[in-house]
Amino acid sequence: MSENVEVKTLVIDGQEASARRGQTILEVARENNINIPTLCHLEGLSDVGACRLCLVEIAGSNKLLPACVATVSEGMEVSTNTERLAKHRRTILELLFAERNHICSVCVANGHCELQSLGQSQGLTHVRLPYRNPELTVDASHERFTLDHNRCILCTRCVRVCAEIEGAHVWDVMGRGINSMVITDLNDDWGNSSCTRCGKCVQVCPTGALFDKSQIGSEHPKHPDFLPYLNLMREAQ
Amino acid sequence: MNLDELELIARSVRQENAAYDYELNVCMDLACASQGAEMLREALIATGDTSGKKVLVRRTGCMGPCSSGPMVRVDPDDTLYGHVHADHAEKILSSLGNEPVAVLQCDLNEHFDKQVRVVLENAGHIDPEKIDDYIARDGYKALLTALTEMTPNGVVHRITESGLRGRGGGGYPTGLKWGTVAKAGGDVKYIVCNGDEGDPGAFMDRSVMEGDPHRIIEGMAIAGYAVGASKGFMYVRAEYPVAVARLTTALREARRRGLLGSNLCGTTFNFDVEIRLGAGAFVCGEETALIASIEGKRGTPKPRPPYPAVSGLWGKPTLINNVETFANIAPIVRNGGKWFANMGSERSKGTKVFALTGKIANTGLVEVPMGIKLREIIEVIGGGVPNGHTFKAVQTGGPSGGCIPAEMLDLGVSYDALLKVGSIMGSGGMIVMDDTSCMVNVARFFVEFCMTESCGKCIPCRAGTAQMYKLLTRICDGSGTMDDLSLLEELCVTVKETSLCGLGMTAPNPVLSTLKYFRNEYVDHIVHKRCTAGVCNIKAPAEVLA
Repeated sequence: MSENVEVKTLVIDGQEASARRGQTILEVARENNINIPTLCHLEGLSDVGACRLCLVEIAGSNKLLPACVATVSEGMEVSTNTERLAKHRRTILELLFAERNHICSVCVANGHCELQSLGQSQGLTHVRLPYRNPELTVDASHERFTLDHNRCILCTRCVRVCAEIEGAHVWDVMGRGINSMVITDLNDDWGNSSCTRCGKCVQVCPTGALFDKSQIGSEHPKHPDFLPYLNLMREAQ
Repeated sequence: MNLDELELIARSVRQENAAYDYELNVCMDLACASQGAEMLREALIATGDTSGKKVLVRRTGCMGPCSSGPMVRVDPDDTLYGHVHADHAEKILSSLGNEPVAVLQCDLNEHFDKQVRVVLENAGHIDPEKIDDYIARDGYKALLTALTEMTPNGVVHRITESGLRGRGGGGYPTGLKWGTVAKAGGDVKYIVCNGDEGDPGAFMDRSVMEGDPHRIIEGMAIAGYAVGASKGFMYVRAEYPVAVARLTTALREARRRGLLGSNLCGTTFNFDVEIRLGAGAFVCGEETALIASIEGKRGTPKPRPPYPAVSGLWGKPTLINNVETFANIAPIVRNGGKWFANMGSERSKGTKVFALTGKIANTGLVEVPMGIKLREIIEVIGGGVPNGHTFKAVQTGGPSGGCIPAEMLDLGVSYDALLKVGSIMGSGGMIVMDDTSCMVNVARFFVEFCMTESCGKCIPCRAGTAQMYKLLTRICDGSGTMDDLSLLEELCVTVKETSLCGLGMTAPNPVLSTLKYFRNEYVDHIVHKRCTAGVCNIKAPAEVLA
């Protein structure tokens, strides 16, 4: 650690915490065992602030800040778990569940799904919004993996891991708004794309949208936690 | 090029013009052009050649009252003709020196009297493709004065003193923004002009880009000098081909005259501008999405901070201002900050261009001092609601704004006042609605716009607007319930408070403001299965008919 590190002190949920300048609220909260729900964030990937679940309240401001990208400042008072935030988080999860066709009972990720766990941890008992029930396709053209758009929540973890870690940039997003879709190459079949078959996207996918064909019907835990170690080893080289 | 040479050009243009007895200014903006202004101009030139009178026929940018087009203004008499067609050319030419053609004359004195023209000062007076026309009306004087007589700090100070606020909609103090970019470190900085005007019913920026392109270039160059940038990008949507063509011509002419390029006016200051075309995404008007688009990436917004003033285009400090903001710069530098600050209200200085559309007699472009009452804009300048209908609401700020009801027409137009009543200033679209407009349907229209224009990055905006649209559609077709209404209200709050960028944060405004002022219309649709305006096609269920 360099010598001229600037230290900031702040308060998160009434708990005093210290942080280095430039650290995000999320990092500091997790260091202090304060849980802020996240979905698009994944340690080891760049942050995009898209899922809005990690929004926190800052004393003195009416604006909610995404903890994954907002950096700490001296004397900041952060609240991560107010009634207002809980309500927004539940509505956002409702929006996600109603957006595409999330049917846990027939999903390969059932029991290992981050969206499902968040629904449980945030106290989402039912969805009040009308389900959109869009007609979406499944791309099973790849010899090892399958993409099921019905379960995709557009967190773009696959896009980022492929571009930033694997360096292949096979994944991207096409379309706009509610019609956005993750695609491989220029919307080619995954099986005919420039995919390197590394499988990182499958491991980081928080839901059952990307899965390994060899594990259908069995317990299908994913291992998204390899990234920090991989990054550390790469830096050491 | 220096100030003396500039004056020489201006003088020679004035001399040239003085050789003519009459000037016929023909508005060639889109609205007039689509009604045959080009044929009219050709007819005027042909008839002028044979009439024996010394007549200059000039094509100009938008004169303002589009609903009276095609328009011709005869100078020096200052006679304004409306609805002119090619067949009228002879009549107009033979009237020169005699009584004006009464049937063609427009009575728009009230329309013009209440207006104050700063941004549009050249509109209707210059040929947008002739740089010398612009120079003859003090064009580029501000840039050369700034370069030779003012320090960059002095320019920033003058803009700060003027109290100018961003005309793109947010109303961020321009001087403060310039100061931040000026203070940011690094050798490479960029100026970006946001010409991605996408609000339904808004065409102010298009008219300025088409009618007076040099004014924007001059504003950008002054900004470049003030903040220490030597490269500018003009981001224009590709749906504005005429604006792109005029700007391209203007840039070429400015380079030829030595008003863009290296060592301007013999100083060490270099500046040039490149045009970048937008592919028509509304979200690219949001500054971080616009930057991504210029960089060649997918146009999606990023969380701020870091603000573009610190880390913008390719990570360099970047100053982004709207077309109209840049159009205000030259007159402020020329006339001083105090001159500008004398116009307008306490916290909103200067003038604002509005695009008046909808159920109003005089549709078109108007420029009014800030603080003017909405009533004056609509009833006096706009000529009121035509065809015996009654005024219901005025929508400002496009899909990010709200509907203001008749009771609030005495509101003075300013950033803060509009925000207070649940709307926003926005870029300047003003849509007037009468008793034939259904406010639920209006809200649905704007939500649909935001839904299709959402980039899809963050969930509240992507899925939230789609859900809002679904609920509003239910209410419109008569199948909505009061539960749907409360769900809609709840959803509005979440989308407003949790969305990533301005598009999502403001998308619920049309719903929230119509719910605030026209809640009875929502209830009418839900409970009484009735649309009083007769817009929504509600199929009455059996129990209501019984």
